[in-house]
Amino acid sequence: MPKSTNFDPKAYWSATLRLLTMTMVIWFIVSFGAGILFRDALDGIHLGGYPLGFWFAQQGSIFVFVGLIFWYAKRMDKIDREHDVHEE
Amino acid sequence: MDLKTLTYVIVGLSFALYIGIAIWARAGSTKEFYVAGGGVHPIVNGMATGADWMSAASFISMAGLIAFLGYGGSVYLMGWTGGYVMLAVLLAPYLRKFGKFTVPQFIGDRYYSQTARIVAVICLIFISFTYVAGQMRGVGIVFSRFLEVEITTGLMIGMGLVFFYAVLGGMKGITYTQVAQYCVLIFAYTIPAVFISLQISGNPFPQLGLGGHIGDVYFLDKLNKTVTDLGFAAYTTGNKTMIDVFCITLALMAGTAGLPHVIVRFFTVPTVHDARLSAGWALVFIALLYTAAPAVGAMARYNLHSTVNTAVATGGDVFAPESSIQGESRPDWMKRWEKTGLIAWQDKNGDGRIQYYNEKSKNPEFLAKAEAAGWKGNELGSTKAGKFEGKVDNDIMVLANPEIAHLPDWVIALIAAGGIAAALSTAAGLLLVISSSISHDLLKSVFAKNISEKGELMAGRVAAAVAVGIAGYLGYNPPGFVAQVVAFAFGLACASLFPTILMGIFSKSMNRGGAIAGMLTGLVFTLSYIIYFKRDVLLGMDKVPDTQWLFGISPEGIGVIGMLLNFIVAFIVMKMTAPCPDHIQHLVEGIRYPRGAGEAQAH
Repeated sequence: MPKSTNFDPKAYWSATLRLLTMTMVIWFIVSFGAGILFRDALDGIHLGGYPLGFWFAQQGSIFVFVGLIFWYAKRMDKIDREHDVHEE
Repeated sequence: MDLKTLTYVIVGLSFALYIGIAIWARAGSTKEFYVAGGGVHPIVNGMATGADWMSAASFISMAGLIAFLGYGGSVYLMGWTGGYVMLAVLLAPYLRKFGKFTVPQFIGDRYYSQTARIVAVICLIFISFTYVAGQMRGVGIVFSRFLEVEITTGLMIGMGLVFFYAVLGGMKGITYTQVAQYCVLIFAYTIPAVFISLQISGNPFPQLGLGGHIGDVYFLDKLNKTVTDLGFAAYTTGNKTMIDVFCITLALMAGTAGLPHVIVRFFTVPTVHDARLSAGWALVFIALLYTAAPAVGAMARYNLHSTVNTAVATGGDVFAPESSIQGESRPDWMKRWEKTGLIAWQDKNGDGRIQYYNEKSKNPEFLAKAEAAGWKGNELGSTKAGKFEGKVDNDIMVLANPEIAHLPDWVIALIAAGGIAAALSTAAGLLLVISSSISHDLLKSVFAKNISEKGELMAGRVAAAVAVGIAGYLGYNPPGFVAQVVAFAFGLACASLFPTILMGIFSKSMNRGGAIAGMLTGLVFTLSYIIYFKRDVLLGMDKVPDTQWLFGISPEGIGVIGMLLNFIVAFIVMKMTAPCPDHIQHLVEGIRYPRGAGEAQAH
């Protein structure tokens, strides 16, 4: 439990949920969006020899996922520190 | 040194390594047995998670699945990686903060109910056993093909090894052997991938090679032309409906996040911060294989077509009689693998040549051309139960890949070691969650509450030993449906455990009744749907036509509907039953803040 006197649980949780929503939106866009729902449209564009929608479905989404988790972890660390609930 | 000796040496060396590590990392306490002492570095845990997660199916079957599905194979690529984003953001850090040993323990404590805990144990055991049987079968296949020993002998060796380090070392032994197994399997996967990419596109990175050139055209364009010329669906478009692709992908993602043997890996790191990072590292290590797999699949598919039809590479007329190679002069690897039944040739039109094409093509123009050329049906496939089946087995794409691409013998030996490493590491992880749910969730909390730590540790070991035995039996004598069912473990995890854990973290008001009703609804609905539409393989009854699928969703993707039902039923029952008590609401509040995760585990 946080010890700090000015700790605001509501503010911490809503900051967390904001970041969570942002992360999940990006997660959805690169996989379900670019790789599935809008694939046909994106396939008209080429990235080297890859049709773009196909690339997102088989390569791009995975690269974004990796970056996304590290970005999320970093932003969470910042939120934890700002609200003084980080681990020593 | 001949191939067989070389394979023995390489596989033997890898085994010696695992045994050495197992002896070094014996478990002395229940904490070491269940969560490796809780002090595993996030990168080490990431690597162990990679091996834990990547099973015989990822290593042996996935590239082949993608090869034959083309774009449709993307569901596995996105589904089995995107789940880590869900784990990192939605589950892992909070479960780590909760700081206990097993997944059913979280569900039991959060929903203040032994019943909920037992329902979770049932879900867990069902999911894990179907999964582990597939691993053991993988071990058997690799042993029998590469080491030319009986499947039984192969299984005994595999079981002996898993027994040794899972029973002795518990989570601690498993963690460090998994790290070694990850190194073996990624090395074994990457080397042939690099070679095949170099041969086809001249680029050492398979991820770039797939988008590169072959001759003066793009490889994927060439592949599309090749497969459509032979009557198959274009590689980059595939033939699944959008809603089905959507649902399968989501079911695999949520299923991944809900798989108990993956979740418990995040109980082994010291802090919440490390749990988040560790999910990222796990995905880095997984992505190394998962981004290479599409290239391996596509290129192996091209190699297979260009091997049996010489016009593919030259751009000539694929229908010309001399384009199809003569059966007698088919390559040696094909003859060797025919013994396993994974590939087979049947000369339907008696011309002594191999015609490999899609006889069920929907393109009348193509079919007319095939008929004019005197083709009387596809002649390349596999042998199932002694009968010719017009589909080449997926697994051949990885297993025979080095031979198709004329790679040196040591690469072939490496594939054997890699396949075994992938299967053993996953099997060990699964056996551990089965045994800990029995010793910790059933024995310690329900049947023998006063059991000492030493007694519990012993019970854990006995449970692990029994589970190894059952898994070995299932691998030796697989019910015909095992291979089919492994993929469904995800649907079940997605519909039962995942939503219940998620609500346990993000809703303070979700209560006991809602959770139990939701979990059971998700499990029963998904299981029934799968059995109904797979009753031809599961029960030997007449097949229900695919046109009857609910909203056009296949049994692989139905877990998503099961998950929605779980949420809906849980919400309705929650409204009708007594609210969640205050102390539980405080507990939920507590797992939301990272500070104090270190102490929480010492409970």
